[in-house]
Amino acid sequence: MAYSEKVIDHYENPRNVGKMDDGDASVGTGMVGAPACGDVMRLQIKVNGEGVIEDAKFKTYGCGSAIASSSLVTEWVKGMTLDQAAELKNTAIAEELALPPVKIHCSVLAEDAIKAAITDYKQKQK
Amino acid sequence: MIDIKQNFFELFALPVAYQVDQQQLAGRYRELQKVLHPDRFSHLSERERRLSVQYTAYLNEAQATLKSPLKRAQYLLKLQGVDTTSETSVTMEPAFLMRQMELREELDAAARAADPEAALEALQQEVADELRQQRQQFEARYQADDFDAAAGAVRKMQFLEKLVLEIEAQEDQLLD
Repeated sequence: MAYSEKVIDHYENPRNVGKMDDGDASVGTGMVGAPACGDVMRLQIKVNGEGVIEDAKFKTYGCGSAIASSSLVTEWVKGMTLDQAAELKNTAIAEELALPPVKIHCSVLAEDAIKAAITDYKQKQK
Repeated sequence: MIDIKQNFFELFALPVAYQVDQQQLAGRYRELQKVLHPDRFSHLSERERRLSVQYTAYLNEAQATLKSPLKRAQYLLKLQGVDTTSETSVTMEPAFLMRQMELREELDAAARAADPEAALEALQQEVADELRQQRQQFEARYQADDFDAAAGAVRKMQFLEKLVLEIEAQEDQLLD
């Protein structure tokens, strides 16, 4: 199966790989995994006082499509409000990366990851 | 001959259970292989030869399934109508995923360790221990007819087995 150029670009030059301090109240962490393929994804957001995501980091152990999906999401959500980020759909990711049908679940994983990060952040504010 | 309506356990005359007598499995596999040997079909019609190929494929799949602790667990659940092999989005406990992340980070670090071979071996041991725990967990839950919890253990095994393959790939690289 051939990867699209965009997937290869994100795979070879992943954006925003890294880790933020989970103890920081302004950081939300989303951990998700796909049991069928054993992929694990961590996506973190740093939110400022206005509820805007000012930074995002990820680490993904998985196939090229999973890495590209999470890398793309970290690029996209920077500068978004939490509400905007929560609206992000896997279909937009899959379309941007031209993922084939068998790899759509990788974009679902990335959507789940950003949602989990937002939920984690909101829980920390309580 | 072979009745492909039988489940894999019946095919090998084994009880439907997680513990499998590997000797009986291997012995019965050899017997069935002999029965299905292509030479015995060479004088037969095209249709019967095609059937023998199908039977052989079925036999091999059955043997591989019952031999592997993970595939065997997946198959037992499948017989109960639970398919864990094609799930894509299932919520896993964050602590378990965190641990998986850690183990994979350890694998990355092993390549840069002073003694990569020893580091890989230590990691392999850790993963083997966790796999053993999940297998025990699976068997206990399966026997208690708690298939949801059994499926949970299988999902964890799927992550761990993937990691085992990745450790092996690293080892191969090291040897090259």
